[in-house]
Amino acid sequence: MKGYLGIDIGSISTKGVVIDENLNIVASEYLWTEGDPMGAVKRLLKVLENQLADSHINIVSVGTTGSARKLIGVMTNASVVKNEITAHAVGTTTLHPDVNTIFEIGGQDSKIIIIENGYVVDYAMNTLCAAGTGSFLSSQAHRLGVSVEEFGEIALRSKHPTNIAARCTVFAESDLVHKAQIGHSKEDIIAGLCKAVVMNYLNNIGKGKKFNPPIVFQGGVSKNVGVKKAFEDAVGHEVIVDKNGHLMGAFGVAVLAKNSGIEKDFSFDVADIKFRTTGFDCPKCANHCEIVCVFKDDKLIDSWGNKCDNGAVKIN
Amino acid sequence: MNKEIIACFPQWGSYSCAFRYLFENGFGVKYMTPPPITKHTLEIGSKNSPDFVCVPFKYCLGCHIEALQNGANCLMQIYGSCRLNYYGELEEKILRDMGYEFKFFNMAEINFRSPKSIINNLKIINPNISLIKVATAIPTTIDIIKTIDKIEDYIRKNAGFQVKENELENIFSEFKQKLDHTTNRKQYKKLKKEYLKKLKSVQIDKPKNPIRVGLVGDYYTVQEPFSNYFMEKELEKMGIEVYREMNLTNSIIKSKYKKSRKYGKKYAKFNIGATANYTVAEALKYAKNSLDGIIQVKSFGCTPEINAQTILQNISSDYKIPILHFSFDSQTSETGIKTRLEAFYDMLSAKKRG
Repeated sequence: MKGYLGIDIGSISTKGVVIDENLNIVASEYLWTEGDPMGAVKRLLKVLENQLADSHINIVSVGTTGSARKLIGVMTNASVVKNEITAHAVGTTTLHPDVNTIFEIGGQDSKIIIIENGYVVDYAMNTLCAAGTGSFLSSQAHRLGVSVEEFGEIALRSKHPTNIAARCTVFAESDLVHKAQIGHSKEDIIAGLCKAVVMNYLNNIGKGKKFNPPIVFQGGVSKNVGVKKAFEDAVGHEVIVDKNGHLMGAFGVAVLAKNSGIEKDFSFDVADIKFRTTGFDCPKCANHCEIVCVFKDDKLIDSWGNKCDNGAVKIN
Repeated sequence: MNKEIIACFPQWGSYSCAFRYLFENGFGVKYMTPPPITKHTLEIGSKNSPDFVCVPFKYCLGCHIEALQNGANCLMQIYGSCRLNYYGELEEKILRDMGYEFKFFNMAEINFRSPKSIINNLKIINPNISLIKVATAIPTTIDIIKTIDKIEDYIRKNAGFQVKENELENIFSEFKQKLDHTTNRKQYKKLKKEYLKKLKSVQIDKPKNPIRVGLVGDYYTVQEPFSNYFMEKELEKMGIEVYREMNLTNSIIKSKYKKSRKYGKKYAKFNIGATANYTVAEALKYAKNSLDGIIQVKSFGCTPEINAQTILQNISSDYKIPILHFSFDSQTSETGIKTRLEAFYDMLSAKKRG
């Protein structure tokens, strides 16, 4: 049976999903990128290969998304390389055809996607600042000595969430320290943080937008029940968290790979092939473009980063 | 100072050709076309600017430093009704503190109601200025600006559909190069005729109903391609017909400000600063003409455009037209911009198909 692989390589985590022709998820994995997208994808492919060992799935097409989509697209010979906004929208509308609003908070970015009748009609993404995203929550969890996984449960125990400045991570952090020192309980502070993340999100990303239900909340932070509850309190509607919400980008791009109709050779052996990237500053003009070259077994297979033809690297 | 005067105005779209004509044939001084903006320009500009100043200032300052290093000795700055009004004063101070020697023509210091003030200030550029020469050069300069705007408008709407890649752009840059050698109206007229014809003869294969996107934004960011990360070019490459109302013709020569205020009255009753009323009116016009989407580009911290931003959201929901907002500073990631643009394109094309 034909299978389609979707890979979503984010700044913090790498997600992989294999779907069959009926869009069922037959294998999936979520692991940390650890600053090494190629290494993470290799580990990912090993896991997926093991999960598929007894099935008769033959992967005919690969799609990649996320901030390292281009690099991994070259590495896996992908048919589709798509931005994460479209990938998430496609993934969510496939599983929840009636969805009208998608909240998404990832490791370093957050976005909102507004959908009408199955089509994206508006979206916004955080711009200059990563305040109120997953990395902020995990660093604060670390400060408070709790693991980010138990964060949500602790937040739910609070009856009076502490007010924490939500505008800026740096202010939020000093506010948090202050509140802890004057005696607020850990639960209340954690619940306050969840609230702060939501307020920050709604004020920055969601400003001026209408949140019509059904609302789906996804991305890594959606696993945090405290944030989910804070969202529900703030918008006054139920917020749906799909059990595969953290995989939605990968699922979406797998669907896109299937819909593209393009089939390309793929083998799990890429996990064993040596890939290497090098970067250099092009010296040919004052733009100093940072050019990246990708090598497969020491053979140059692709390069990018140049603004003009002077910086183009010849591929033999 | 008996040294030859070499004037330079910061890089601003394609207008150097027109400024060169005015300076050399009107003011009677040599003009240096500023070197094209690169990352280096922005780096030295940012390094010597206050951190929180809007990014067009950093570009202008960087341009001026590069010009001074290349031998320019007469700089100038325009004025406006926002922080732009202080650009000149601040730039001059910074550059003098850096130890450069130059003449500075700051338009913010001119009292435009007093002919004496105008003439005295013009004399900063050239003490022996001939007003007759200036008066003769101005109509041609205006005409050059109009032609540049007309051609750029044509390119924006057609570049995405040309049969041979970059043909229009190549003809335009050839035109600009030749324009740099014209000394009188007759030469220019001939050149204009020849190149308009050439442009029109480029083969265009445009589908019946292409995706159409309108650009709005702060005065500098929307007009200087480097500062908006060549957004027009990116959109054209996707096969989009691009609209941009803001240019020198519409803002200064035809001065559509009052008209814009009136046109956008329903959405912005008051003056919301700088060119933000234009932004509102342009966006409204795009919406009324049923364009598929609007993109607002602005420099980070541009207050007038922040005023406009919330108003644009009303236009967006009234006319059901998606608006994408970009806020640029000196360290904006290009990848992030591409991701958002791609998604915008996906959204518009899915809507169009659906």
